[in-house]
Amino acid sequence: MSGPGLNDFVIKIGTVNGTGSASANGLLMKSIFRMGIPVVGKNVFPSNIQGLPTWYEIRVSGDGHTGRSGDVHMMVAMNQATYDQDLAELATGGVLLYDSTWPRPQLENRPDVTVIGVPLMAMCNEVVKAARSRILMKNMAYVGAVAALVDIDLNVIRSLIEETFAAKAKLIDSNMEAVRLGYDYVKENYECPLRFRVSALDKTKGKVMIDGNTAASLGAVYAGATFGAWYPITPSTSLMDGFVKYCRKLRVDPETGKNKYCIIQAEDELAAAGLIIGAAWNGARAFTPTSGPGISLMSEWIGFAYYTEIPVVFFDIQRTGPSTGMPTRTQQCDIQTTAYASHGDTKHIVLYPADPNECFEFSAQSFDLAERFQTPVFFLSDIDIGMNDWMVDELTWDDNYVPDRGKVLSEDDLSKMESFSRYLDIDGDHIPYRTLPGTDPKGAYFLRGSGHNAHARYTELGDEYQEVVDRLHSKWESAKTAVPAPIVDKANAQARQGIIAIGSSDAAVREARARLEADGIPVDYMRIRGFPFSDEVEAFIADHDEIFVIEQNRDAQLHGMLLNETTVSRDKLTPVLHYSGEPLNYRFVYDQLMKRIKLRKIA
Amino acid sequence: MTSFVKPKIRRPNEPTNALGLARSDYEGNMSTLCAGCGHDSVTAAIVRSFYELSIPPHRALKISGIGCSSKTTSYFMNDSHGANTVHGRMPSFATGALSANNDLPTIGISGDGDSLSIGLGQMAHAMRRNVNMLYMLENNGVYGLTKGQFSASADLGSLPKKGVPNEFSPIDPVAFALSVGATFIARSFSGDREQLVSLVKAGLKHKGFAIIDVISPCVSFNDHKGSTKSYAHTYEFYSKAVHADYIPPSQEIVAAYDEGELMPVELHDGGFIQLRKIDADYDPTDRGAAFNRVVASDNANEILTGLLYIDESQPDLHETQNMEARPLNEIPYAELNPGADQLAALQAEFR
Repeated sequence: MSGPGLNDFVIKIGTVNGTGSASANGLLMKSIFRMGIPVVGKNVFPSNIQGLPTWYEIRVSGDGHTGRSGDVHMMVAMNQATYDQDLAELATGGVLLYDSTWPRPQLENRPDVTVIGVPLMAMCNEVVKAARSRILMKNMAYVGAVAALVDIDLNVIRSLIEETFAAKAKLIDSNMEAVRLGYDYVKENYECPLRFRVSALDKTKGKVMIDGNTAASLGAVYAGATFGAWYPITPSTSLMDGFVKYCRKLRVDPETGKNKYCIIQAEDELAAAGLIIGAAWNGARAFTPTSGPGISLMSEWIGFAYYTEIPVVFFDIQRTGPSTGMPTRTQQCDIQTTAYASHGDTKHIVLYPADPNECFEFSAQSFDLAERFQTPVFFLSDIDIGMNDWMVDELTWDDNYVPDRGKVLSEDDLSKMESFSRYLDIDGDHIPYRTLPGTDPKGAYFLRGSGHNAHARYTELGDEYQEVVDRLHSKWESAKTAVPAPIVDKANAQARQGIIAIGSSDAAVREARARLEADGIPVDYMRIRGFPFSDEVEAFIADHDEIFVIEQNRDAQLHGMLLNETTVSRDKLTPVLHYSGEPLNYRFVYDQLMKRIKLRKIA
Repeated sequence: MTSFVKPKIRRPNEPTNALGLARSDYEGNMSTLCAGCGHDSVTAAIVRSFYELSIPPHRALKISGIGCSSKTTSYFMNDSHGANTVHGRMPSFATGALSANNDLPTIGISGDGDSLSIGLGQMAHAMRRNVNMLYMLENNGVYGLTKGQFSASADLGSLPKKGVPNEFSPIDPVAFALSVGATFIARSFSGDREQLVSLVKAGLKHKGFAIIDVISPCVSFNDHKGSTKSYAHTYEFYSKAVHADYIPPSQEIVAAYDEGELMPVELHDGGFIQLRKIDADYDPTDRGAAFNRVVASDNANEILTGLLYIDESQPDLHETQNMEARPLNEIPYAELNPGADQLAALQAEFR
């Protein structure tokens, strides 16, 4: 039902990891982006450094769809170990490009596809001497071959190569030479361009291609975070890499050469959580990036920070579990873990960004929410958002922004007070005042994870204990109007059915919704962006006969939370679950909804 | 049970320190530990040390983990911010707190249960980062709050109150700290107030990670015959190697003992730690020799005490991190915001 056509097709490149193909694939995608055509890239990679299969999927979408389509129209099969699988995945009418240096008769088994052989390795071996360079140049040669087939502008490729190798001019010519090898061979031996190809547009102005982890790290820099601690874990590591990079660039005093930040690589996640909680207690904006296994390890601290009311930010870049699971594959499997992390009665504020632009915005907002509500805040992203390059609106910042540091008493404030009680609700908004160590003797209080009363003193008295935990619940509940509000995408006609989804499901859901509508099935869509759920969520469910809760996990975690946190009846909510580890595609959503809606009509 | 707030009673003519504060101004809540607990003596030594050093209580941090010893942070210096955190993880919390503001003298309180099992990793990493804090390990060989199980510091063959003798070899915090590379390593005894106070003061003034392993008997579960962490056993096998006195920058060093026995170590604040060797052959600046001697003492059932190792030359975490002198929590946002123009410029690579 989709493509292939002009500016509407999917190229998938199958290679072996560790062969340097990532930069070639990035070059292909960026070239199309520079031609003004919306494009999106998905990297499906193994948990390995060298030798295992890896794929890169580039979707060209003149209409600006940013999710996966579920189809493959051109397969660049560079990994003989996955030839069979790659060939099988190709849509009827598709094109298979392979390295014909070695004959592969099995590739002729699909009469419904066009097979294009290019002797990439043979050509490269002729002109390149060093073995490692040959492999890298072979990658550039397939870029050239693809460019010829789908009509990518060679000048755009050249200018990107020039930017990449600005400091090593020699490499510009050798890389371009390799691109030309593939380009010229295809031009001479095959009819070019293909039926599906690119044609320059003007649709990428004001856009950037950025991954969510980099954007989130920038959000932390702009929010004024000064302390970060982490234990390396895929797929969150690049978030801290970004923070390190931008702090070195932007946070070193030019005169003294001294740092205005502190980043500690912790010995484990138990320590990473302790480090940020200690730093936040002492007044620094502090965060840690991690993934599901890290959240499990941090859970005891999370309950401590919740109960003692310390503002910290946890970035959970989800990967498939349970246990080590598939650490380089995506899922939304920590929805409940983060919402209710730790033992005892605990509930948290969670933000659900859907793309890198929201990663930037929500990352900064997480620090404001944490400090305003004096509680841990979870930023729940995943591999798909965190590690893939998405085309989004350029990130912008308002220089009038003032961090919301929450209720912190100064020495002056304390001097006007008769006494200070850390956990007393003076203003009736469930949020007490806090003090930073070293301010004034009157502000001193004792922080403890054991039972404490409103005056921060140890207690085992039931009513004193309950007073504090009841206030904590009211405080959490009051955050429902402060977290990002849900976004509703309404059908043009009256819709009986609705969809609820979060995070990275958004692009595929929006496209499926639009296509269902085009096919005469109006469905409304609400994307929830924060927890606790705002009142609009329950109202949206009430307004529809049936709600499809689309999410990327086996156990319908979001569905479970909607039942738990609202008064809606169970039979109104239908889970639609995708949990293979691959990013959601619109075709899956479309097919699932179509099937279920048709079934209802028959019934 | 709730906490007991100890009434502040200032005696007439009570002496005061340089800040005009009396020792009672450094006290905390009433201890809820058992009568005779070694930890209460350690608490008293801490109170006296902070008082004598004239550290403003509200400018100090006291942080602990979980256990009987960790409870004591609320029994001293009510005017300090204190934190009783989670089991074995005081070091990470303290490291984070000090990263946000390293101007605050910090004391960490822990025990053998908190430090030598779940906390062993965090303690080691605070040592290797040379976090600028004093780490008190109040060591009694048992878990008191859960009623008398052996801890990892219990000596081989030590008898429990009930049951079979301990069958596993102990982790000696001093030998451990020497192997990891802590820069101030001491051992003392809750029953020796004078030695303990001098060590606490020296440890607080040391720039970097200081650990004092304090034998602090548990009167309820490990003070019986056959226990190697009892008062009686400790008094019997107690041996002093090196005495350490903190000499503030303003004070001149006066040689009160024979030359050769005295060894001044200069501190970053211009003061000194004056080492007085009781054992003439011991050199507390030689890590290898110190390790040999500590292990030999362990094997001989001797409880070697005093300042057993010091290295004042290593950079602390703040210095290694190349952080500016001003605390992170005092840097205004205007200096942290790179600005909208910078954001636009740095996105060139994403176009």
